[in-house]
Amino acid sequence: MKTNDLIIQTTTKVVFFIIFLFSIHIFFAGHYAPGGGFVGGLLMSSAIILLLLAFDLKTVKEMLPVNYTVVTAIGLLTSLATAAGSIFFNVPFFTHVYSDFNLPLLGVTSIHTAMFFDTGVYLVVVGVTMTIIQMIGGDE
Amino acid sequence: MINLLLFPVLIPFLFAAILLFFPKKVKAQRITVMIGLLLALTSTIALLIKVKSDGVQTLTLGSWAPPFGITMVSDMLSVLLVTSSLIIALFVVWYSFTSIGEDREKAFYYPAIMFMLTGVNGAFTTGDIFNMFVFFEVLLMSSYVLIVLGGEKGQLRESIKYILVNIVSSSLFVITVGYLYSVVGTLNMADISIKLAEIGQAGIITVIAVLFLIVFGIKGAIFPLFFWLPGSYAAPPMPILTLFGALLTKVGVYAIIRTYTLFFTTDIGFTHELLMIISIITIIAGCIGALAYFDVKQIIIYNIVIAVGVILFGASIMNENGMLGSMFYLIHDILIKGALFLLIGIVIKITGTSDLRKMGGLMKRYPTLAWSYLVAAFGLAGIPPLSGFLGKLLIVQGGIEDGHIWQSIFILASSLVVLLSVIRIFIYAFWGEEKVVQEISPKTYRHLLAPTICLVVITVLYGVGSEFVVPFMKDATTVLLDPAVYTDAVFKGVK
Repeated sequence: MKTNDLIIQTTTKVVFFIIFLFSIHIFFAGHYAPGGGFVGGLLMSSAIILLLLAFDLKTVKEMLPVNYTVVTAIGLLTSLATAAGSIFFNVPFFTHVYSDFNLPLLGVTSIHTAMFFDTGVYLVVVGVTMTIIQMIGGDE
Repeated sequence: MINLLLFPVLIPFLFAAILLFFPKKVKAQRITVMIGLLLALTSTIALLIKVKSDGVQTLTLGSWAPPFGITMVSDMLSVLLVTSSLIIALFVVWYSFTSIGEDREKAFYYPAIMFMLTGVNGAFTTGDIFNMFVFFEVLLMSSYVLIVLGGEKGQLRESIKYILVNIVSSSLFVITVGYLYSVVGTLNMADISIKLAEIGQAGIITVIAVLFLIVFGIKGAIFPLFFWLPGSYAAPPMPILTLFGALLTKVGVYAIIRTYTLFFTTDIGFTHELLMIISIITIIAGCIGALAYFDVKQIIIYNIVIAVGVILFGASIMNENGMLGSMFYLIHDILIKGALFLLIGIVIKITGTSDLRKMGGLMKRYPTLAWSYLVAAFGLAGIPPLSGFLGKLLIVQGGIEDGHIWQSIFILASSLVVLLSVIRIFIYAFWGEEKVVQEISPKTYRHLLAPTICLVVITVLYGVGSEFVVPFMKDATTVLLDPAVYTDAVFKGVK
């Protein structure tokens, strides 16, 4: 018997982007307000899990053809590279720097290397959560 | 290069992350993991030379001032432990190429080993008590993966026990650190040492000391808390068992020695006496286990428990000879346990069983294996030119100097039991008439034997060249007996 998931699927298509944008917002707000890489990553994976609930595993894999183990590895490398950059300047590991940049569209923006470290955390959290969900959900 | 002391932690981490990209390409995995281990070993040897010439190396992460940032401290003890852990890992990985099987290699076996090394090396190097907890978790999580990898029935059963015990002990660790933090208000180990010395003898500090003993005692398998070890260690395949047996309990032992020489030095009468009593009972329990079994794995596993007792006995005396002996014995035990586990791994592979009574007569067909086993067994028991001798001699000497005559005689007697337990393996497995053996191709045999022999040779060199090793051990002992050396190195005149 084929059930009709029209309402949940349509709602998901809208809500997914709202959660996704909120996760990006939380991620960028982390330095001055509650939030950061960990919560942002969890929100992002919850958005993908909503997709998994509304559609099935195979469809979501086609929508987002990502190997989440690789996402985790990229996240680890990003964080490590950010922290290890200090080695090349012969200052203690994990020394962060920041500066103001004049970016197009955004204007003068203060960019701190801690943000790149948080990007790594974000990717690792998404990668690990999605690997767990896919492993338990799939039956290959 | 002020970041040199982090390289033994960072390089395994970097390579573990890289290895996650191509789990199915076995050949590439093997090459990458070997490059990573060799790089890490090179950097550690550079660090060893640096610590020898310039004294204790410290670095506070993120350019923060010492008590506020996470400090990493590399003194002689930690750098020696890091070096030996990398040596063991190198040979175990080499041995795994022929023994672990492609299925496991494709299931993130090498990344797990590299992550475990990150945790082990980090726990040895850190100078921050909460950071030590984090590194403990890093190594424990990887060990959970390694113990269950392959998913055989026994592994699944034992991994549940192992994980349960370690989760309980980890939460106890957090609670204990919480207590300590509420008393001293700092997490930096050098700062804790200074603050605790100011507070002096207070009841709560002794309670925290005993709690730490319980926490690290579960990890390091001391007397009433080693119950999980024999079952859990026997479950995974041989290379993983070697890594666990050589490294994991030693991290707990290191943590006990570190906390009991750096933090809890004010009420030695109670805490160190307790440590001594427990270490003696640990030796008794280990001896009983080592004699009771006809299973080669169990015999060597109970020998780990004996060694933990001997090392902690030496450390609990708190005089120069005892501590020096402990350092010697600690490094010796890492190397010799690695060698012994690899050797009996080959024996089990040839005979197809771990039951002693079903083996026999391997001497005729595999003489090299037999002789190297005999050398390793004598090394473990402490026959003079070999590696176990000097450590135990110094521990006994330290014990007698401090007036612990009976305990010292007891340590000597335990050597006999150790010798008996390993010689029993030799008599049953290598002598006698030949029994049914599995056909093992000469090529596989050679590939398994090569790393094992190298490790045995290293232990022999460690024993024969102990004159060369003594200055290194002396440096390690100086830091342990005088916490001021450690705290001064961390604060470098800030306080």
